[in-house]
This record gives sequence, C-alpha cells and structure tokens, in this order.
Amino acid sequence: MEREFTRRELGKELAKAVLQVGTPPALVLAVGPRIFPQVKERIEKLLPFLKGHEEPAHHLPPPLQEYEAAKHRYGFGVNTQVCIGCGRCVRACKLENHVPLEGFAYRTWVERYFVTEERRVYADSPTGGLESFPAKEEMPELKGASIKRSFFVPKLCNQCDNSPCTQVCPVGATFKTVDGIVLVDRSRCVGCGYCIQTCPYAARFKHPALHVADKCTWCYHRITRRLRPACVEACPRHARIFGDLSDPQSDIRNFLRQEDIYVLKEEMGTYPRCFYTGYRLGVT
Amino acid sequence: MEGYVFPNELHVIWGLTIVVYPYITGLVAGAFIVSSLYHVFNVTALKPVARFSLLTALAFLLICALPLLLHLGRPERSYEMFLTPNPTSAMAGFGYIWAMYTILVLLENWLSFRKDIIEKERHSKGLKRLFFRILSLGSDTTEESLEADHRVINVLAAVGIPMACILHGYVGFLFGGVKANPWWSTPLMPLIFLMSAIVSGIALLILLYVITCGIRKVEIDAECIQSLVGWLIGFLIIDFTLEALEILSMYYEWEESWEVISHLLAHKLKLSFFYIQFGLGTLLPLAGLTLAKATGDNLKWKVGLATGSSICVLVGVLFMRFNVVIGGQLFSKSLKGFIHFDLPMFGREGIMILTCVMTLPLILLTVFCWIVPPWPEEPRAETVAMPFERAEPL
Repeated sequence: MEREFTRRELGKELAKAVLQVGTPPALVLAVGPRIFPQVKERIEKLLPFLKGHEEPAHHLPPPLQEYEAAKHRYGFGVNTQVCIGCGRCVRACKLENHVPLEGFAYRTWVERYFVTEERRVYADSPTGGLESFPAKEEMPELKGASIKRSFFVPKLCNQCDNSPCTQVCPVGATFKTVDGIVLVDRSRCVGCGYCIQTCPYAARFKHPALHVADKCTWCYHRITRRLRPACVEACPRHARIFGDLSDPQSDIRNFLRQEDIYVLKEEMGTYPRCFYTGYRLGVT
Repeated sequence: MEGYVFPNELHVIWGLTIVVYPYITGLVAGAFIVSSLYHVFNVTALKPVARFSLLTALAFLLICALPLLLHLGRPERSYEMFLTPNPTSAMAGFGYIWAMYTILVLLENWLSFRKDIIEKERHSKGLKRLFFRILSLGSDTTEESLEADHRVINVLAAVGIPMACILHGYVGFLFGGVKANPWWSTPLMPLIFLMSAIVSGIALLILLYVITCGIRKVEIDAECIQSLVGWLIGFLIIDFTLEALEILSMYYEWEESWEVISHLLAHKLKLSFFYIQFGLGTLLPLAGLTLAKATGDNLKWKVGLATGSSICVLVGVLFMRFNVVIGGQLFSKSLKGFIHFDLPMFGREGIMILTCVMTLPLILLTVFCWIVPPWPEEPRAETVAMPFERAEPL
C-alpha cells in the first residue's frame, strides 16, 4: 500500500519534472512557426544541423539486405613501391565523402619521402598530395643531398584492432562496427578533440563546418554494398589493395601472402589493419 | 611550419581554453587543500583564511567547466557525457567527478556558513530576510546542531582531500594517458598537475588574503602568512623536483622523441618554459618565499615578498599549463616537424574571452564574500566591555 503510494507520488513528480523541462522548448517549436514564419524557416534550416550531418547522396545500388557484418573482417594494403603520387586517391576520397577541400581535412593523403645516403629522411605532403608535389630542385633542404631513394606513402585510417580513439571518446560517439571499421556518429560527437589528440597516425581531424571529429571509414557505405573504397577504385597503379581478411581468395590475402609487410608505429600497440610494403626507413 | 607535419595537424586542436581549464581546476584543488589543512590537519594558523579558502574553491569550481564548454565543437551536446558516458574514456569521468566535488564543496560551504546565514536572517527584514531564509533552507541553530555541523565539516574536509586530488590528478591523467604524444605521455603527469595545482591554490590565497585585508583595512595575520608561505615553499619544491625529473629522465633516456622535444624546449618554448615557468615561476619565488619565511618581525617585508612571489607562482603555473597543453601540439606526431602557434586575441578561444572567464570567479567570490563574510569574528565593542562584567565584586 505504502509502496503503491510512493510509486504514484514518484510518477507524479517525474511527470511534473518532464513537463517543466520539456514545455518551454516544445512551445517554441509548436507555436513559434505559426506566429512567425521566419522562426519556421530558421528551425527548418537548423534541423538537419541539430540532427547531425546528413549522409552524402550517393548514386549507389540500394544497401544489401543479406549483408552480415559478423562474417567480414576487412583489411587494407598499401604498396609504396608502385605509388606514383598522382593524388587521384585523395581527390576521389574528397569527392566521394564530401570532405571539405578547404582547411586541414584529409581522410587520406599521400606523403613523399626522400632518403639520403647518410640515412637522413625528408618528407612532405603539401595539400595532402591533392595538387601534386613540388620538384625536388625547389626544396632547399635537399640542396646538395645525395638521394638514395624516394617514394610515396599513401596514408589513411588504420582501423586499429586496439584503437585508442574509441577508447578515449567520452560519449561513445566513435565506435567500432562488427566488421571492424571505426566510425564516428556525427549526431553524438561533442567535438572535444580527444580522439584527434590520441590517434598516433593523425588520421582524424575536426570537420571544419560541422565541428565534429571526422575520419576515413574505408568507404563503409561502399564496402557494405560489396564495392571497393573510392581511393582503391581511383588508383591507377594498384598501390591500394582492399579486401576481406576472412576470405582466403581476396586481394588483401594475396597481398599479405606475397609481400613483405609492416605496419605503421607498431610500438604503439594499436594493431593496425592497414598493411604496408616497400621501403620503410623513416616512414612514420 | 618547419619540417614535415601531417596534413591534418597543421593547426592546434586544443587552444587556450584548454590551458585555462586545468589552471582553474588547479586553483580549486589548491584552495580546497588549504581549507582542509585547517579542518583536518589542525593547522590553526590558517584560521583567518580557512572559510575564505572554501568560498574561493567554490567560486572557481562553479566556473571551471565554462572554458571546456567554450572549447567543445558542439557544446549543446555536452550533457551526453552524463547520459551516455563511455566507461573506457578518461574524459567521461569529468562530469561525474566535477558534479560530486561541487556537491561536496557546496555542502561544506553551506555547513560552515549556516550559523552566519541564520544570524543574518534574524537581523534582517523583508526580501533580505526571505533570501537568507532560502539560503538557510529553513534550518535553525542549536548547540547540538552546530556541534554536528562541525563534525560533518571535518568529515567532508577529509573526504574532500582525495577528491580534490582526483579532480586534478585526473586532469593530468587526461594528458599523461595520450600515448601518441611523447611530451604528454608520462605517469608523472597527474602528480605534476596535482602539485602545481596545490602551489597555485596557496599562492592565490596569499594574494587574495593580502588584497582583502587591504580592502577591509584589517591588519594581516603574520602567523597565517608565515604558515601559508611555509606550505607554499614545501609544495613548490616537490613540484619543481617532479617537473625537473621529467625533463631529466627524458634527456637521459634519449629516446627517439627526444630530438623533437629538445628542439621544442630549446626553441619553441624557450621563453615560456625556461625563463617563465622555471625562472620567474619557480626559482625566483622560491628565493623570495625563503626570504619571506626568514624575515622575522618585519611584517611589511614578509608580506611584500610573499605577495610578489605568489604573483610569480601564479604566472608560472599558468605558463606551465600553456607549455604542456600548447607545447604538446607544437610538434607533429611524425616527429619530423613543428607547427606555428599564434596567440588568438578574439573569438571563442581568444585572450579577450578567456580574460573574462578568468575574472568571473573573482566576481563570484566578491559576491559570496559580500553575502556571507568569511572572516573570523573581530573583537566587537561588547567584548571590550567584558572586563567590567566579569569584574569580581570588591
């Protein structure tokens, strides 16, 4: 009897609290647009912003009904011996994923390395390799240096098995899918920047317009439709290899079988699923 | 930009707001520790500032989340940290720790000012009376209730010490736990943050105590200053040792990252680290405070030296926060290049806004002191008449 009473009272109090907190915004949303047309316009403009950025419109086939995330485990390969630094992958990524062209925003980028005979390493990546690279002669630091080797290294998110970014996100806005891809929920991210600080590969950035964290998704919207990531499609040299690690016949498994591979910053203990092959001195 | 910096790293993600945030939380933790020194460890010399330090902690505590909100990309979603915290995130704890600590400090403040509030309620009329009635929550004072208050205050002060340490040690851990950044990633970081917090809190109290005494036209309690100076020297030595140890071990171990860190210290942070943080903020005040402690009866010199040193310490700790937070973002994770940082004057993370943020706690504190003066009772006119009352009949 007493408990019943307590429950009823508690219910009443809760209802009251909900009403008190919820009424003013509800009133603004319900009454505002009717009285002031400008308010309506403003709210309509604001709604997609409040809900988070909408997914970019793609001319893609409809999502696969039978896709089972648990049956896949993706991997990525980068062959730095064949990359020519054309930057088509960077452009394809920016177009496919609506990554802003302005600001410091790269889901993928291409670095150029020069290694001298004395094992000195010079690297650069102006505009992430989007607009090609300056000639060697234009680089004052390379004056008089005898270059032993030069090569290009495409970079992207490593989709680490032990990802520091998902560990530190205070609200759980960045998470790992069942098939092992780290994604950011744009409607939940508070934009604190902790994941950006903690990523050893600097693969994350703050979206200049949305003020939330953003990163490479290996084109999750494509791979779950059995398409390859945009950068892989755009590469004219097959320097980027993508596939399902759980399929022994996949491109990535062939790559792992045939090449001598390494991962970036192994000492960080992040267990990347992006595998590199080629010259590795100085590549960070 | 010098050398090679990853394309996503060309600007500093955590700006001046993140410099100010640990600075303010540090002042809270430090001020609270001073009040606990009196309540828990019976350092009776600190009585003149015991309640004032509690109010100071409260004023700064209420503001310390503001710079964080200013920094967030989407501050309107900050409540998510309370609703759906990620248990593996060090940052997710902030909301809870801050909320619990605020409740504790509020409660301790209320209990220690309850008697004053009720007294004020009795001696006022109308709206003012209603205001104090609300503040006192309708409670009353009896001998027993005051006794109980006292006991609860002592318990809260004791519980508050580890909580103050958690509040600030945790801020250090936020940085210390970033393995991608060699300038931050050290287990010493929480301790360094904690010690510098206590140091800045004590320095702030010395400064504010001297200023408020000037405003109230009351003589400064020499014993209180002497005690504060003593504690400040002690904690400053520990703080300096830890900070120096960190650099020394980095230098001695000479890991891959030392190349970039040594360049950072020798060029990028030369002024703010060696000259301001170590020179002006640590060694100079250490000398000044030692002199102040050694000065015998000359109160003017003692107070002057202590105040000057405290200002130096406060500046030094602010720069320590700058060197950690901004310094850690001035080099690339490629360990091959450096980023340039310009102090922003305007904007959400600019100096103008942050100066306002830093002034807010002081305004709050002034208002608090105006509502409930935290000073120990002065001998009143009645007490002067006491001898006559007590005079034995001839």
